[in-house]
Amino acid sequence: MTANNSPPTQTSTPPEDELEPREPLGSRIRSFLGSIAGRVTVFVVCALWTIPTLGILVSSFRPEDDVRSSGWWTAITDWDFTLDNYRTVLQGGSARSGDMWSHFLNSLTITIPATIIPIAIAAFAAYAFAWMRFPGRDWIFVIVVALLVVPLHLSLIPLLQAYANGVDFLGVRIIPDLDLNGTFASVWLAHIGFGLPLAIYLLYNYMSGLPGDIFEAARIDGADHFKIFWRLVVPLSVPALAAFSIFQFLWVWNDFLVAIVFVGSAPDSAPMTVRLTQLVGSRGEDQHILTAGAFVTMIVPLIVFFSLQRYFVRGILAGSVKG
Amino acid sequence: MQTTPRDGPEPSGADDRSAASVATGGGAAAPEQRPDREELDRSFGQRLLDVRRWGALTGQQRRESIVPIAFAVVLLIVIFALGLLEPLTAIVIGVGVAVVYFVGANKLLDLTPDRFSERVRPWVFVAPALLFLFAFLVIPALRTIYISFLDRAQDRFVGFENYEWAFTDRRNRIVFRNNVLWILGVTTFSTGFGLLMAVLADRIKRESFAKALVFLPMAISFVGASVIWRFVYSFRGPGQEQIGLLNAVWTGLGNEPVAWLLETPWNTFFLIVVMIWMQTGFAMVVLSAAIKGVPIELIEAARIDGANEWQVFRRITLPSIAGTLAVVVTTTIILVLKVFDIVRVMTSGNFETSVIANEMISQSFSFGNQHRGAALAVVLFMAVVPVMFWNVRRFRRDAMERSG
Repeated sequence: MTANNSPPTQTSTPPEDELEPREPLGSRIRSFLGSIAGRVTVFVVCALWTIPTLGILVSSFRPEDDVRSSGWWTAITDWDFTLDNYRTVLQGGSARSGDMWSHFLNSLTITIPATIIPIAIAAFAAYAFAWMRFPGRDWIFVIVVALLVVPLHLSLIPLLQAYANGVDFLGVRIIPDLDLNGTFASVWLAHIGFGLPLAIYLLYNYMSGLPGDIFEAARIDGADHFKIFWRLVVPLSVPALAAFSIFQFLWVWNDFLVAIVFVGSAPDSAPMTVRLTQLVGSRGEDQHILTAGAFVTMIVPLIVFFSLQRYFVRGILAGSVKG
Repeated sequence: MQTTPRDGPEPSGADDRSAASVATGGGAAAPEQRPDREELDRSFGQRLLDVRRWGALTGQQRRESIVPIAFAVVLLIVIFALGLLEPLTAIVIGVGVAVVYFVGANKLLDLTPDRFSERVRPWVFVAPALLFLFAFLVIPALRTIYISFLDRAQDRFVGFENYEWAFTDRRNRIVFRNNVLWILGVTTFSTGFGLLMAVLADRIKRESFAKALVFLPMAISFVGASVIWRFVYSFRGPGQEQIGLLNAVWTGLGNEPVAWLLETPWNTFFLIVVMIWMQTGFAMVVLSAAIKGVPIELIEAARIDGANEWQVFRRITLPSIAGTLAVVVTTTIILVLKVFDIVRVMTSGNFETSVIANEMISQSFSFGNQHRGAALAVVLFMAVVPVMFWNVRRFRRDAMERSG
């Protein structure tokens, strides 16, 4: 048995940390501190961002007298839980209660069609812009891109006039006097129109990134554009469709301006955002149900947001990140 | 969905939505191959729709169909009970019209010679979108611009009078000042905090949780956020117990309580805080993705060369995300220019806090001065036009890069 006492040879690679230069002590401390400071900063920012919402949540479960007389943080030591605020705010009837339930249904009524219908229209258009050839295609799409930033405030007044009185053009009545103001249809149509530029843009971006060879192969085999669209492109575009749906859903659900302009004259049809604003406007006696009311308006968006966050983020990133 | 004209209990058509059937192409007339496996494995929707052929189904298939049918019936009852029949009808009609239009027009086109249908089909696809865009955005915008040159009764042309009013009226000057403050305040702080969080959260363990907390305010409405922050800013007289968080902290430091929303000009800043609170999440998410997209080799190389964290950030990361930063900033500016809800709900624009969009609505609807409201809307649009041009240029440059 040969004794393996020979001195270690340098044939194998030396241990790793002998190759890299050792970081100077100063910078190692700095990066260590940096990470502590970084973590503390993140914690502080997160706390600051969460506290306001927490305040409302806690307040909404506190009895009326407590809300009026002391800050919500005192509830941590002095806990007095009640569901009264929610009961009052959901009930119908007097101005003092919120009747949030019927307005919740209004919000659903307004939001769901306004989310689904733009998708149908935009998907076809986006496919045409991405994969079909026609004269003026590029120029028309430039108009769509330009319309992305045009504020809807620019369209409100004439739309209101058109809904109320119909439209005359050079003496010819193009659109009859349908008296749409105050109806859900007026809001649906407006939201469809306002949401289309973003829908077309997002879907176009996604669809144009799909593999063209599959479509080419299908075309060679004799499929026409409609079949390609319906059988290939739509199923492949589900992530983009989902991303836009969430965007549009949240946008319409949380909207206040369009609702108050077109449905302001019919308070029974108003969505929750409008009703909540009315509660705010009432004198200070109703502060306690304001908290519960605010939470009722927020619960659906929060659920949608948390469960579908991934798609929402994807929608935001589409077209935002420049490589 | 295809069925061949056989009677008796034989299993029915499979769902033929496969890419393979696209390749076999053509019209829908020819009966298609149905592999055995799909015959046995009907999807949920399939089992529901097969109620139409109840008579032709086997006992087994009928049993399988019961659950989807019961589900659909219950859903309809719930919808009816909740009074949601109206939106459901709207959806059905809206989607129905779309289907009839798209499918119908395509079928019609299929009857025409190929050269004709190929040229017309794209227009069929884009026509509804173009119709809506023109009817709801382009034409009303043009009309608003036209109205802005008329008088209150909207039948006399008054040139630039309304714009003169817009820019010289004392109240409007405060309003414009406020908008500038909003743009500066929201953009710098939300982008700044967003960048900070994007960089820092990258290295900690519960990254997604932290980011979700900051991102959360984006989901709620401006009105909801305004209610939340009204509570934070609540004011009670001196000597009384403070119920608003800010005043509680302020008095805790030994000061007298302040009615934050009434104190000009600081109240605008307190309104701006609300939007910073909401917009930071957006900046954070976008910048975080951009930062993660910086090639790791560049950063490693810089570190080996002895650069410290700050230098790495300034010399490598920042230039790489410059394009994205620009997009974040411009998007935020456009959103800020449109601010209306926050101001209206928290102060109604009183105490010198009003902004352009708020004034536009007040003028048009509360005072009946639609001509002035139109002028303000056009001013708002003018502020956005540079970004519009920049977007279009960027888009066309990208399009050329892509096809080039």
